[in-house]
Amino acid sequence: MGGLLRREWQVLARNRAQVINPLAFLFLAVMLFAVGGPLEDNTRAQYGGAVLWLIVLLTNMLSLDALFRRDYDNGVLEQVVCGADVPFLVILLRIGMQWLSTGALVTLLAPFLCLLLGLPGHVTATAMLALALGSPAISLLGAVGAALTVGFSRGGILLGLLVLPLLLPVLIFGTSAINQEVAGITNNAQLYWLGFISMVALTIGPFATTAGLRISLQMQ
Amino acid sequence: MSFTSSIKTLWHKLGSPRWFYQMSGPWVIGFGIAALVLLGVGAVWALGFAPPDYQQGNSFRIMYVHVPAAMVAQSIYMSMGVAGLVLFVWRMKLADVAIAACLPLGMVLTALALFSGGVWGKPTWGTWWEWDGRTVSTLVLLFLFIGIYALREAIEDAGLKARASALVAMIGTINIPIIKYSVEWWHTLHQPASFTLTEKPAMPPEMYLPLLVMVLGMYAFAGHNIISRMRNQILVRESRTHWVREAMATGG
Repeated sequence: MGGLLRREWQVLARNRAQVINPLAFLFLAVMLFAVGGPLEDNTRAQYGGAVLWLIVLLTNMLSLDALFRRDYDNGVLEQVVCGADVPFLVILLRIGMQWLSTGALVTLLAPFLCLLLGLPGHVTATAMLALALGSPAISLLGAVGAALTVGFSRGGILLGLLVLPLLLPVLIFGTSAINQEVAGITNNAQLYWLGFISMVALTIGPFATTAGLRISLQMQ
Repeated sequence: MSFTSSIKTLWHKLGSPRWFYQMSGPWVIGFGIAALVLLGVGAVWALGFAPPDYQQGNSFRIMYVHVPAAMVAQSIYMSMGVAGLVLFVWRMKLADVAIAACLPLGMVLTALALFSGGVWGKPTWGTWWEWDGRTVSTLVLLFLFIGIYALREAIEDAGLKARASALVAMIGTINIPIIKYSVEWWHTLHQPASFTLTEKPAMPPEMYLPLLVMVLGMYAFAGHNIISRMRNQILVRESRTHWVREAMATGG
């Protein structure tokens, strides 16, 4: 278990492009919105939450596409799925690492992103909490799509087509949590919902991902 | 033979495409006739005899296409989820035949529900499209259908195609309630009570009986369409077997 964790961490740490590229895309998208979007501060506060979640979703799609690709191509994945005692544990760890490099990182960067998007200061804590609760669902459900599309050379669009409709609730509750905070209305319900969706994703995600990888590995 | 053992026998028989093909001939005809009669009677009743709505006039008659299409489309997705489970647990070939047969009709009916909704929305809401809760959940349904369709197109191997689409159909089915409730909640947050027209006034029987007939007719049509497609699929997939050649030779 410890060895597994170390291996997954090293894979993540040594593959900097996989962490940095989505992050660069994230900031680029924020900049594009800031330039192309409304200029008035009050309108920005209204749209900021939605833009934040949309950008997080799209960044995740980029990162998820690469989640299993390298290991699929060089055969490691096959060894893991066939050889490990509990393949779903390895896969859960891998998804966890993907979450660290996107969801968790974005959560930590949220104060900065909120500032750039023109969200008022008192929203920052809520935005971080909402991202921390909701982003695991993106990684966990997204991994299922990544597992099913890893066999195709251009799986990216299909990945989005399969996964984004399922992530609509995360977008709705995440955006609504931030918007309620901007308007000064209580938002406990939205935060509970985000946690609930992540829990559901945690119960089905790793198993469905393992099943998806088994299918994709037979395609090789 | 006890009840449970006869259910078991039926279950095992269902696993055989041949048995299904030989049994389902009359079902296609039965569903076809039921669909013709119900849709015919329902359409004449709904368009000619049901009283006009006191607020919407005659435009409410779009409901008689819109509601059956939306209801049957949702049921088709749910049946795909069930078929996916059956495929995953029992590896039943017939379940994949069912998923393949459900997809086109489900897509078309969802698109019909969205289109007729737009046509209905223009005279009543004053807009072709409104990001209302139900509209969005139907649109998501369309995307779920398209996603599975695209996935099936992308995979060549028949067995893997079946398992991949079954997996997505199952996950989609688990997610559908969450999507539905979240979207409806989102809608109520943003659109407080501006669509009172969509809240149907308690309909009198002269209005909802034709609707009931249309809904039943649409289900019969779906049964007819899906079973015919399944029969064709079975013939294509089993085309090398002896019984298919025999059946084709005798014209049955």
